[in-house]
Amino acid sequence: MNPITRVPESPEVRESRDSSEGQDLRVIGQRMRKTDGLAKSTGRARYTDDIVLPGMLHGKILRSPHPHARIISIDTSRAEALDGVLGVVVGAEMTTPYGIIPWTPDEQALAVEKTRYIGDGVAAVAAVDEDTANRAIELIQVKYEILEPLLDPFEAARRTDVQIHAPKKSGHAPKERSSVGTEPKAKNGNISKIVKLDFGDIEGGIASADVVEEGDYFFEGTTHTPIEPHCAIGQWEEGGASVGRLTVWSSTQVPHYLHRELSKVLELDPARVRVIQPPVGGGFGGKSEPFDLEFCVAKLAMKTGRPVKILYTREEVFYSHRGRHPFHMHYRVGATADGKLTAVDARTLLDGGAYSSFGLVTTYYSGQLLTAPYRMPAFRFDSTRVFTNKPACGPKRGHGSVQPRFAFEVTLDKLAERLHLDPIELRRRNFVGEMTRTINEMRVTSNGFMECLDAVEASSDWKSKFRKLPFGRGVGVAGSCYISGTNYPIYPNKMPQSAIQLQVDRSGRVAIFTGASDIGQGSDSMVAYVVCEELGVPLDYVRVVASDTDMTPVDLGAYSSRVTFMLGNACIDAARKLKVMVQEAVAEEWEIPPKRVLLAGGRAFDGLDTGRQMHIAEAFNIAEAKYGTLGSVGSYNTPRDVHGEYRGGTIGASPAYSFTAHVAEVEVDPETGFVDVKTIWIAHDCGRALNPTIVEGQMEGSAYMGFGEALMEEHIFKDADHGRAGLHNAPSLLDYRIPTSVDTPELRSLIIESIDPEGPYGAKEAGEGPLHPSIPAIANAIYDAVGVRMDSLPFSAPRVWKALRNRNFEF
Amino acid sequence: MKDLLTLRVNGDTHEVAVPTHFTLLETLRYTIGLTGSKQGCDKGDCGACTVWLDGIPTLSCITPIYEALDREVRTVEGLVGLKGPTGEPHPLQDAFDLCGAAQCGFCTPGILMSAAALLEENTTPTRAEIQDALSGNLCRCTGYTKIIDAVEMAATRLRTAV
Repeated sequence: MNPITRVPESPEVRESRDSSEGQDLRVIGQRMRKTDGLAKSTGRARYTDDIVLPGMLHGKILRSPHPHARIISIDTSRAEALDGVLGVVVGAEMTTPYGIIPWTPDEQALAVEKTRYIGDGVAAVAAVDEDTANRAIELIQVKYEILEPLLDPFEAARRTDVQIHAPKKSGHAPKERSSVGTEPKAKNGNISKIVKLDFGDIEGGIASADVVEEGDYFFEGTTHTPIEPHCAIGQWEEGGASVGRLTVWSSTQVPHYLHRELSKVLELDPARVRVIQPPVGGGFGGKSEPFDLEFCVAKLAMKTGRPVKILYTREEVFYSHRGRHPFHMHYRVGATADGKLTAVDARTLLDGGAYSSFGLVTTYYSGQLLTAPYRMPAFRFDSTRVFTNKPACGPKRGHGSVQPRFAFEVTLDKLAERLHLDPIELRRRNFVGEMTRTINEMRVTSNGFMECLDAVEASSDWKSKFRKLPFGRGVGVAGSCYISGTNYPIYPNKMPQSAIQLQVDRSGRVAIFTGASDIGQGSDSMVAYVVCEELGVPLDYVRVVASDTDMTPVDLGAYSSRVTFMLGNACIDAARKLKVMVQEAVAEEWEIPPKRVLLAGGRAFDGLDTGRQMHIAEAFNIAEAKYGTLGSVGSYNTPRDVHGEYRGGTIGASPAYSFTAHVAEVEVDPETGFVDVKTIWIAHDCGRALNPTIVEGQMEGSAYMGFGEALMEEHIFKDADHGRAGLHNAPSLLDYRIPTSVDTPELRSLIIESIDPEGPYGAKEAGEGPLHPSIPAIANAIYDAVGVRMDSLPFSAPRVWKALRNRNFEF
Repeated sequence: MKDLLTLRVNGDTHEVAVPTHFTLLETLRYTIGLTGSKQGCDKGDCGACTVWLDGIPTLSCITPIYEALDREVRTVEGLVGLKGPTGEPHPLQDAFDLCGAAQCGFCTPGILMSAAALLEENTTPTRAEIQDALSGNLCRCTGYTKIIDAVEMAATRLRTAV
């Protein structure tokens, strides 16, 4: 186990910290078991597809074979006549448009007028079993008018004769000629979003630079591939007291948003809709918005009066996508002779696929999250997201900021080389600092980035390796920052982002009700640790009831690395309210001041006379006798003044930022171009590690995922010259290669604790930040090893081999 | 069309009517109700469905049910009690909890079956041997590090227990 590095506390951080944080921690920071660890390792955990309801039907969705087509007619009569088919639904029965971002509702549960990618849902059936459902969808006759597909994002940006979506006013008609060639004022429904923001004097900064590094970068699209395919079950109850009540079980990361969208699309009072999220077999952003299957199981259950389950095939998971956008990036970065950045100028084309998804946010994130951990006197970004006839891209772990981070950190490596500076030293010289604002006005609180650099430099033995290893072997470094939750919810409101309810039994057992989504990251365990810490109960006295909209208070979901920070604070709030009641009741009994009553190890103690103690259940009973039934609620909402005062200035704002540095060591075979990543050292400032084992798991999983994107993953589609246009190139886990245990490098986690003044016990995020630097660190290590710059992903053997063959042999 | 089949699973005998085209995984999950084994791909690519057939790790999602007749099937549920008293988790299952080796947990049942088979044959596996034994099981959460730690921990505990 690696040691944890604590960042020395600055006076600013100390001053802004809540004064009640001085407590000795007994549970927080320990390598505790997870609340669901054994349920998962013994096969007891019941995921959505493990649920079987009486009379349950199986559903299947018919999907468009064409990347771009107009629907002329749909004839479902033969499917309906098939023995064993109980229900069929088409798009015309659910026409209300929806979208995870309220300003861009451009999806429908099933296509109504047009299909926009191969795989777009057209109709769905419910039948007595899966085989009958499969036969039934083949009997549905759809007449299409085939339209020209647009697969290339540059072409989509230019063409106004082929329109994937109807042009809209806002964001679709650029006032001036856009950087990707869209004509001024030409309404172009292929433009999803344009964001142009600039801060400081860009041209002055470039002019005053001693060196300017300019280049093009390409980040290929990749997808999440959780091992659990999406699954949903719908149940409709009619009659009695539950007249017209819908329940949907789904492998979602966002039960609350699903609740809202189901209610909207199915035109049901949300009070009659219940969403339950069972354990989820991985998400990584791929289950963070509603999908067609959730609407279809609901509608089919309503039509048939029977429960209906739909489980995606692995192929459908690939087509549902919402993964990493392909980014075409042009970067221009200036620096002085001593390595200080003078200006950063970025231009980006995002290939969005068929629908908006989170694309509005992705387009902002492509620039907004680049302004730390380095100080930039001037920054400009110009990003355009376009629609293409491919599955929609969306948020994948490190949403919208992994791609620009790759381009920027490789650019920094090039600058360091031109300036004859060590690339770690160049990064130190540009450190943005703590308790500060970035150039785009984001508030930064704690910041352990310098300690991250120190840790990877020391652990990797950087100084004896960089530019010193034999040809074919090299090391590279990169840094990054990421949000601990978005400061503003997806739909504007002033209510809390996270909430907790606690309920206490006379046995001492404490139940935690939380709307949060445990998708494997450990949010159920996290709230249990908080309750153990505050109320002194052992872990096996805690029950977590999670993510059931009929039972649990709203939490916005498992996305944007928000859960530990926001839910943790909500849980502390609830637990401390209860703690005060228990302390006061016991203090009255013992006739001592309440502060002397300590709750720990399953007991209540007198802090000055530890011989005086009682079982925690007895303490709870005394409190119940004094106050009545014990329970409490807690919530968390974000601070108000942490964002920029400009249009879009709230996007990218977060109550706290995590920081990461990686060093990667690689061996490159100059004969074949094969890159063998030996080790990645991952130093991550997570604020405080509430459970170091879980934090390391997030760091290692992130670095692994970045490593896979760096070397092997390509979510790509055939064009007309290479098969059927718009067809996924490799929609299986055999052909879409993700790293196995033998591919994955040694991953060395180095936890850095900066103790954030507003995080729960000082914690920040750990689930997404540590992905970012692995890709540029590997690119920079390849350069150190063999002297070729890899500016396009992935760094597969054929590409590296080609780069080696084409390179200037002066190295 | 269904056949009435007799299957031996985790030491129990099941007499079940199974659609003739069912795989072993479908039979376990949808006929017998043992949902511990998971379907991640249905094509033999991910390993989440791994069970033992006569002690040999086998991809149950591409195993026709007739292949399992007259053979001992063991699933993740059947690891409990295998190395200790009834109901006691296998040292691997406990080590996965202690080491944080299961995040989302969906690949875990398959990985455990591959790892448990390794430990039946090799009581002192190196990290490279563990990686090789798990190379047919995809995990998307952990980066495999904690999984390998857990297998090492379980190997040590199994050795010291004997």
